[in-house]
Amino acid sequence: MSIAIRNISKQFGAFKALDDVSMDIPSGELVALLGPSGCGKTTLLRIIAGLEYADQGQILLAGDDTSALHARDRQVGFVFQHYALFRHMSVFDNVAFGLRVKPRRDRPAEAEIRRRVKRLLELVQLDWLADRYPSQLSGGQRQRIALARALAVEPKVLLLDEPFGALDAKVRKELRRWLRQLHDEIHVTSVFVTHDQEEALEVSDRVVLINQGRVAQIGTPEAVYDHPATPFVADFLGSVNLFHGRVEDGQLRLGEHALGAADGSDGSALAFVRSHEFELLPGWAGRGGLPATIVRVVSVGPSAQIELSRTDGELVEVAIARDTFRLLGLGEGDKVSLRPRQIRVFPTEAQAA
Amino acid sequence: MASLKRFSPLPGFGLAMGYTLLYLTLIVLIPLTAVGAKTLSLGWEAFWSAVSSPRVVASYQLSFGASLLAAGINVVFGLIFAWVLVRYRFPGKSLVDALVDLPFALPTAVAGIALATICAENGPVGELLKTFAIEVAYTPYGVLLALVFIGLPFVVRTVQPVLADLEREVEEAAAGLGAARWQTFLKVILPHITPALLTGFAMAFARAVGEYGSVIFIAGNVPMVSEITPLLIITKLEQYDYAGATAVASVMLVISFLLLLIINALQGWMQQRYTAEA
Repeated sequence: MSIAIRNISKQFGAFKALDDVSMDIPSGELVALLGPSGCGKTTLLRIIAGLEYADQGQILLAGDDTSALHARDRQVGFVFQHYALFRHMSVFDNVAFGLRVKPRRDRPAEAEIRRRVKRLLELVQLDWLADRYPSQLSGGQRQRIALARALAVEPKVLLLDEPFGALDAKVRKELRRWLRQLHDEIHVTSVFVTHDQEEALEVSDRVVLINQGRVAQIGTPEAVYDHPATPFVADFLGSVNLFHGRVEDGQLRLGEHALGAADGSDGSALAFVRSHEFELLPGWAGRGGLPATIVRVVSVGPSAQIELSRTDGELVEVAIARDTFRLLGLGEGDKVSLRPRQIRVFPTEAQAA
Repeated sequence: MASLKRFSPLPGFGLAMGYTLLYLTLIVLIPLTAVGAKTLSLGWEAFWSAVSSPRVVASYQLSFGASLLAAGINVVFGLIFAWVLVRYRFPGKSLVDALVDLPFALPTAVAGIALATICAENGPVGELLKTFAIEVAYTPYGVLLALVFIGLPFVVRTVQPVLADLEREVEEAAAGLGAARWQTFLKVILPHITPALLTGFAMAFARAVGEYGSVIFIAGNVPMVSEITPLLIITKLEQYDYAGATAVASVMLVISFLLLLIINALQGWMQQRYTAEA
């Protein structure tokens, strides 16, 4: 079922949580709402679910306005960051809850409920835990049970509020891959909220970036990563270095140094360079690039993380393949020139406006 | 040769347990044993006639019946009280919160005299009730009223923190799964607070059974009608019938103890159902 969000605004006292937000989520997609904490993404999710009401605007589910519908009538599955399982019920009863509270005429027979709960528990690969209580499960297991519980009522839309936020890094990674597989299996329109850009880019079909209650950009993970529409998006996705410079004749200049090609009209600009989009050249020879001194090297994993200090004292972070870095024979204290391979430029005037 | 000593992650069991038992013995068991010993000085026949005379049996019925009923009433209204205090914000909330504890602090005789005054035939409430042909003062209803009054804080104070502890999200999850409000209350909220309700019930009941000061003023103490067991015990003491008094007291003690044991077991069973670790 598709979701259409039309001009949603929501205010908490003097704080504008959402400011005229609109977007369309086509049926069957898995969409990430991504943004820093306090940006309004959870509020938007709760408004879609009917747990919160918008001051203005409409939510259309499959084209029908739901603004007046209570949460229990929206056929929306909701998964909470802290699971919100019923502590006094076994895993089985938790999953069966949504079926058992149906009005008698819609309620499946007990045998049918058992069959469906069993199938759901198999779907989340936890059928062997049916008789346990939530306090006896690990965080990852609890969240999978919460997901099974939400799916039991066959929701038209699945909403997940920071579903992996309370889990440790390894479980989080496993679970998000698993969620992606699950979605490919059941194809229910899903929206999940996260502040973790890696999670959003890895799991979703499309990413909606939200900043200060407004939509900053909507697009596929590749599109938003490669072509950030605003300085906020460029800054939020991936580790980036920020430069305040000027564009002159198609070149980004920082004071006397030319960094490299940059499109955009001449004038002062904000420039972003991702840490892995630098080349390191030994020495401060006049071959272009930005002179800097290596402060610290962390050479763990596939790439070496290098912290450098510019001549004006600002720090720059660079990541290059470990083998490449080893061949350069550089170490802490050495002088190098930084040459960006790719620069994203935003005119400062537009930023100020 | 040093023997291997096993260290517990929770040290001090011996000391703490010893202290607990000593304290329990000094404060609770020794006085109770004295009751038992005094009772034993009666023969079986004398004991039986002391504890089974019609007037005494009628007082048991009133004391335990009214106490159970009062505790039950307090469970219902205490829950509503706790609900309002936890869930809503309103002007004067902290005042209401403080007033709940007043029955704890008020000298029971003051409460008794106040209740008796307003409920007496010429008191403001008594006059109103008389128009409906209801008499409270000097009847078993008066006893019930006093016991409800002194028992209210127990249920409110046991349920309040547990209710506050219930995450909002759990209720939202239930609503999202299609549960109506009453279903959420019956299937999600009530099971969560039932152990606390039982504790509150037990405490309100225990307090009511032993209550004396606030009851005697409003009860009128009509033998066979509105005479509570603690008053009978006092009456016996005033007649220098010490053994008779302790005999009645010991019967009361045994019944109270059994009832509390049952409530505690029930509560333990409920709690264990969903907090047990694997």
